[in-house]
Amino acid sequence: MNLTLKVWRQKGAADPGHFETFQPKGIVEDMSFLEMLDVVNEELIEAGKEPIAFDHDCREGICGTCSLVINGKPHGGQKATTACQLHMRKFGKWDTITIEPWRAKAFPVVKDLVVDRSAFDRIIQKGGFVSVGTGGAPDANCLPISKEVSDEAMDAAQCIGCGACVAACKNASAMLFVSAKVSHMNLLPQGKPEADRRVKNMVRQMDEEGFGACTVTGSCEAVCPKEISLNFITKMNRDYGCAILKG
Amino acid sequence: MISRHDFEADASGMNILSYLFKSSLGRKYIMAASGLALFAFVIGHLLGNLQIFLAPEVINRYAQFLKDNIELVWGARIGLLGCIALHIWTAISLSADNKAARPVAYADATPPAASMASRTMLMSGLIVFFFILYHLLHFTVQVEWVNGVEKTFHSLKTADGHHDVYSMVVIGFRQPLVALCYVIAVGLLCLHLSHGVGASFQSLGLKNKAWGPVIDTASKVVSFLIFVGYASIPLAVLTGIVGDSVAR
Amino acid sequence: MKLDANIPSGPLAQKWEKHKFDLKLVNPANKRKFKVIVVGSGLAGSSAAATLAELGYNVKCFCYQDSPRRAHSIAAQGGINAAKNYQNDGDSVHRLFYDTIKGGDFRAREANVHRLAEVSGSIIDQCVAQGVPFAREYGGLLDNRSFGGAQVSRTFYARGQTGQQLLLGAYSALSRQIGLGKVEMYPRTEMLDVVMVKGHAKGIITRNMQTGKIERHAGDAVIMATGGYGNVFYLSTNAVGCNVTATFRAHKRGAAFANPCYTQIHPTCIPVSGDHQSKLTLMSESLRNDGRVWVPKNKADCGKAAHQISESDRDYYLERKYPSFGNLAPRDIASRAAKEVCDEGRGVGPGGLGVYLDFADAIQRLGEDMIRERYGNLFDMYERITGESAYKQPMRIFPAVHYTMGGLWVDYNLMSSMPGLFVLGEANFSDHGANRLGASALMQGLADGYFVIPYTIAHYFASEEKNCPSTDHPAFDEAEANVRGIVETLLKANGKRTVRSFHREVGKLVWENCGMARSKKSLSEALKRIPELRAEFWENVNVPGSGDDMNQALEYAGRVADYMEFAELLCTDALKREESCGGHFRVEHQFTDKDPEVKNGYTNEGEAKRNDDKFAYVAAWEYTGPNKKWKLHKEPLKYEEVKMSTRSYK
Ligand SMILES: Cc1cc2nc3c(=O)[nH]c(=O)nc-3n(C[C@H](O)[C@H](O)[C@H](O)COP(=O)(O)OP(=O)(O)OC[C@H]3O[C@@H](n4cnc5c(N)ncnc54)[C@H](O)[C@@H]3O)c2cc1C
Ligand code: HEM
Ligand code: FES
Repeated sequence: MNLTLKVWRQKGAADPGHFETFQPKGIVEDMSFLEMLDVVNEELIEAGKEPIAFDHDCREGICGTCSLVINGKPHGGQKATTACQLHMRKFGKWDTITIEPWRAKAFPVVKDLVVDRSAFDRIIQKGGFVSVGTGGAPDANCLPISKEVSDEAMDAAQCIGCGACVAACKNASAMLFVSAKVSHMNLLPQGKPEADRRVKNMVRQMDEEGFGACTVTGSCEAVCPKEISLNFITKMNRDYGCAILKG
Repeated sequence: MISRHDFEADASGMNILSYLFKSSLGRKYIMAASGLALFAFVIGHLLGNLQIFLAPEVINRYAQFLKDNIELVWGARIGLLGCIALHIWTAISLSADNKAARPVAYADATPPAASMASRTMLMSGLIVFFFILYHLLHFTVQVEWVNGVEKTFHSLKTADGHHDVYSMVVIGFRQPLVALCYVIAVGLLCLHLSHGVGASFQSLGLKNKAWGPVIDTASKVVSFLIFVGYASIPLAVLTGIVGDSVAR
Repeated sequence: MKLDANIPSGPLAQKWEKHKFDLKLVNPANKRKFKVIVVGSGLAGSSAAATLAELGYNVKCFCYQDSPRRAHSIAAQGGINAAKNYQNDGDSVHRLFYDTIKGGDFRAREANVHRLAEVSGSIIDQCVAQGVPFAREYGGLLDNRSFGGAQVSRTFYARGQTGQQLLLGAYSALSRQIGLGKVEMYPRTEMLDVVMVKGHAKGIITRNMQTGKIERHAGDAVIMATGGYGNVFYLSTNAVGCNVTATFRAHKRGAAFANPCYTQIHPTCIPVSGDHQSKLTLMSESLRNDGRVWVPKNKADCGKAAHQISESDRDYYLERKYPSFGNLAPRDIASRAAKEVCDEGRGVGPGGLGVYLDFADAIQRLGEDMIRERYGNLFDMYERITGESAYKQPMRIFPAVHYTMGGLWVDYNLMSSMPGLFVLGEANFSDHGANRLGASALMQGLADGYFVIPYTIAHYFASEEKNCPSTDHPAFDEAEANVRGIVETLLKANGKRTVRSFHREVGKLVWENCGMARSKKSLSEALKRIPELRAEFWENVNVPGSGDDMNQALEYAGRVADYMEFAELLCTDALKREESCGGHFRVEHQFTDKDPEVKNGYTNEGEAKRNDDKFAYVAAWEYTGPNKKWKLHKEPLKYEEVKMSTRSYK
């Protein structure tokens, strides 16, 4: 393939950053997108230049580490696919591909395409759990949970926390992520006792981190590699409303 | 603007007003509720206005009815003004936060899968707002220099000496530029509502898997009908379908 | 070095109960005076850090990912075992214990495995209480499936994402403690050395991967839960960042490394498509429930498309060789069988390194919709990676390195041979012997973290005098200097070859000579090549950039440097173990038609042949210095409860 890559390079949070153009050789269609970047980096290292920093780990679409905006679309725009699972056969032989980091105030750039997503962790620390210590749990089958509820909780719980929803949203809103986390717990009977506190505290942390609000554009749902539904945002809006009404 | 950052240390110490006015979700509730109230008004107002297609006396009688119940009308006006104030305040405050949340733009700034309507809510809203100001000056306050005709609408009277609303509308809309303004504005309002109504149900948490799609479709259909309804009036005047009885 | 496994006395089934009573406790008010360092935030690390913090200890937790939730436990698909017997199909603690021992080819410690089976039920209870959305039946109770050839249904699962859900459970517990200020979390931080003070592990040296800062952390004990070393093979189903660095550097400081040659090769992975390949993707084992494995009978047919090969020209070799288990034969057996047919030249796909996993029959029997419902996401994943649709043509699969049973040696208390250093999860060697059963790693990681370490670490604290050193102690100076030395040497090498090219080369060397089949010849060859390659690495590696900010090439170089040494230890162990068992297959040691077991039909020709008289021991290797030979310590394995027998899946 004869690709032209426009890659965002940025030394650190203070550097304004710029695009750099590459024309890598030896790219074949069977490569994954990240393997293509590996090849670019090998070339750079051999030429004595600094390779492009990008985040990745599992390379099988589950850890949520990879975080590239490819041609304006987080993860590249293939349905239900993370960047690490995207393959070069989805591109044309002569394509120009623009690669950028997640862009959001709450996700400052660390270097090149790597951003700091610790805001997500801080949101979870405010309530994304059931307060049970190890040891006191009753037998697992003591608490029957209807399959429908359990399946819906699982739909929410599948979120890999990659942040593509934030990256895609014109407001850099984290509502899809936060609502998936809130809904996973709030749907299940185990999470009910803390449901009100949870949603209030997590939403507050979300606001404090500097994410935008939801305009219901649906960009987040469209790019979510786990196809998390906007319905969870509705549900969180409802949970939050009920929680503040109760005082 | 109240800052988002001055929450008390523990969320449980916050009262409902601070939740409503400070948190992003709270401000969205306000925006959605005020938007829905305005939406209800827009429908009511349209039904009133459509009487123009009946005999001139009908709409004039309706206008007189409103005048006779001025206390009620002022009640509604204050409510509507409040809604507009809240709606605009939340719109601007949220939009500012939203802008701040993405300080560096993408090379291609079009967000994936977002409809045109959803991307341009602030724009369509602001234009509608200026249109509303114009509309008030035009037909409510009846300022002469905005109506494009050589006389003030105050002078239009019916046979029994009441204000002739029918003639005012007909004369007003015979100005093609004014009519065009109205059509464009209600077009933008339609765009605003086609996204806004469904979104406000979402913001208020009043959707679910079964009803969500119905609400979204209905919001588009109703918005379109609102457009057709409102636009039909200036168009009917321009094409002469309405207003024969008013002298040219 | 003296190895004492500290196995409690008494009958097997009562050992843990008795031991828990014998273990000393730390007074609740005193717990906050102890600092615990936990390296790793996978199932084992997160669960340990959260539980210890709940008890009142002060915990610091480290991981190299940007969030603890991204540890590679997240990738486990299939499920987690527990002896709940919810299905009333004859499961019990004893049966899970026995299956694990047998599955491990009689190379695991009885006492540890029994404890694992005992606590397995509590794990499920704990996870459900945390809100882990395990699959359920319509009645609202938990669903189970049979997994990895087990004869009972004891596997709990959450769609194809069990590891993810369990890790998110542990991560939520950890997050709660972070929020409460009981755990200080250090993401994007790699551990590069252990600090020893007066013979005890009392701290670590880390590098902040975001700023490049090298830092010191002191504690009363160090827990390592840093996962497996499968990436020594370059290609594996591990995450790209998985490494042996943490355990190997502890090993260099004196912790014995046990059974490194026990590595598990998973039979159902997507085959390699070319040199660019950076990792291998596992296709859930559950596919073998409905897929049939075959290759062409004749080499000549290998180039043809699958549908052009007639039924009579296909060799369903697993069904042929293992009629009672068929396509569900255990992992090591299925993997080796695939390798055999490929070695015979009957493999399919690029390079002849693949076998078919065919769903045509199942689609005919159950309909495409049913298959889509069961495996739709896996088929989609396969199509994304290969560009082929498994509904229309058979999948191609090939074995890949998946799990490492070996790890740092630990005693019954999970303490390594270095006092004060505890090792949990895949990083230790303790419970799986020579081969791990499906769905047992998740169980072990959580057992270690939730239900074992809280008891045993208290005993260590209560038995030793409390002496968390200050980070100004000379031992910290020395360890930090060591780490700085490594970093600087790597940055200064200024050679010609990239780190990746070295990793690829050493990985290929180990895969070819110490992979699915090992021989004296291949291992000797590898042992000759590895030191040469290592020397070249230090001279000729090219690491651009500096040590003062994020430098992924530098991180990678540090890991590959350790693989360069560890590969030698792996091959040394494999050479020493002159028998075949579980994941370790020595071609010299297999059943032949002369063996009575083959004659009487108990097992097949070519199956792994153990040598219990000579090798029923844990091989614990002691590091003796750079470029020196390791010293072997043997911990004999005594079986009190079960009788060692030849594993047969015929
Ligand atoms: C694809 C796949 C599927 C699997 N499926 C199953 C299954 O279905 N059932 C089952 O039981 N098992 C399965 N396993 C095995 C199981 O997932 C793992 O053995 C287990 O999760 C390991 O957990 P852990 O906590 O020991 O290590 P990990 O989850 O690997 O965690 C290691 C931690 O250590 C940290 N770390 C590593 N090195 C350093 C360092 N140098 N410095 C600082 N931190 C470091 C990492 O950041 C990470 O937090 C599967 C494994 C794979 C790869
Ligand atoms: C007749 C007048 C109006 C009606 C009926 C109306 C109605 C609505 C409704 C129903 C919504 C959806 C609320 C939600 O998303 O929850 C909305 C959103 C919005 N309105 Fe209006 N609106 C009107 C005027 C205005 C004006 C004058 C402005 C200008 C400032 C404005 C700006 C916005 C913005 C920016 C949004 C979307 C904000 C977001 O979700 O991020 N609207 N409107
Ligand atoms: S690297 Fe793990 S999801 Fe992409």
